[in-house]
Amino acid sequence: MINKIVGNLFRFIFLVIVQITVMDNIQLNGYLNPFIYVVFILMLPFETPGWLLLLLGFIAGITIDIFAGTGGIHAAATVFMAFCRPRIIRIISPRDGYEAETKPSINNMGIRWFLTYSITLVLLHHTALFFIESFKLSEFLPVFLRAIQSAALTLLLIVMGSFLFARGKVVE
Amino acid sequence: MRNLFQLLWRYHFLILFLLLELGSFVLVVRNNNFQQTTFVNSANVVTGTFYNWLSSAKTYIHLKKTNANLAAENAHLLSLLPDTTNIHLAPTTIKNDTYHQQYEYISAHVINNSINRRNNYLTLNVGTVDGVRPEMGVICGNGVVGKVKNVSEHFCTVMSVLHNESKVSAKFKKNNYYGSLVWEGGSSEYATLNDIALHVPVAVGDSIITTSYSPLYPEGIMVGIVSHFDRKPGQNFYSIKVKLATDFSALTYVYVVLNKFKMEQEKLESLNKHD
Repeated sequence: MINKIVGNLFRFIFLVIVQITVMDNIQLNGYLNPFIYVVFILMLPFETPGWLLLLLGFIAGITIDIFAGTGGIHAAATVFMAFCRPRIIRIISPRDGYEAETKPSINNMGIRWFLTYSITLVLLHHTALFFIESFKLSEFLPVFLRAIQSAALTLLLIVMGSFLFARGKVVE
Repeated sequence: MRNLFQLLWRYHFLILFLLLELGSFVLVVRNNNFQQTTFVNSANVVTGTFYNWLSSAKTYIHLKKTNANLAAENAHLLSLLPDTTNIHLAPTTIKNDTYHQQYEYISAHVINNSINRRNNYLTLNVGTVDGVRPEMGVICGNGVVGKVKNVSEHFCTVMSVLHNESKVSAKFKKNNYYGSLVWEGGSSEYATLNDIALHVPVAVGDSIITTSYSPLYPEGIMVGIVSHFDRKPGQNFYSIKVKLATDFSALTYVYVVLNKFKMEQEKLESLNKHD
């Protein structure tokens, strides 16, 4: 239990530092921006209670907001993502359910499951984020396009990162 | 009472979600509201110090370009010195004391900057102790940068020209026709000049400079160069794409403009609103 809390705390600090020192300076194609700090929410253990999920989402978002000076847009998007997470996990559950005491990582759940899981949640997060940021329905198409492109970039980094940090063999 | 608690418990996930979203949106709206000082911004001491530290590393990468820019600016200023002209005019003494200096500049270092959002901000290492106040203009050697939004003791945040709500009063250098410059998102190198009527002769390569109408910037600060223009059917105005003179992706040193007559001008102009 303590192990898990410490592990997640370190992951949180690491992701926030990487996000604000490196990722916020990436500007591909004008203004595509990967947001890898969402990995923190993706990687929380399955048995995390709903209220804790929402609170952690808010804390993660507001931390990025404070550093980026963006008010509460990251908080709003990350809370939304945390809200969707239990539902997505229920929808894509494998035939024999989830094993207890595991976390939704690529080497626990396999590539296909992890991709479905992360693509859905990252897309939801980015779409919410860019719409709250622009706050204009007249810019619907460019904003949506930007969300999809940035989500693709984030996902690429997430998948590369999880192979980099994966311990043990990946389940096929 | 027990039923109420049971109900709350049953829907606690949804209720907490709605509460947190409400909180976030309050923060978003407060941050967008221009006059409000917000707690969550990078003028905050903790984040300001952090970005100061981060930028000292980043400045190093841009040293070469910064040096080149500063050298060019120095050369330009040197050429304005009276010694560089052949004809020495006798200095005229102006006794009228209304000829005060109108603009002063506060030099500042950009310690945080973004260009990849829809609403972009900069953080500068000057604050109230240096005389910076909200709603001051910010320029750099090449062109306009934005206006000061929030100020703390040692830092301030600047709403970049690359912002949803940014509007720069700009005109053609050659014939003084003016319009307003806005940023419609996309590339950080281009902005759009609106409200230029169809009878105005426009050509690619025309210089766009600031007007004297806004108290933010002195007149004649470079804004950009016309790169492309067309007229949309059914509209009476051109849509002009302007290549911005400022390179927002490599901003290091900027100047905060202190307009000494700003209060006086605004006070006088606000009287007109009562009519």
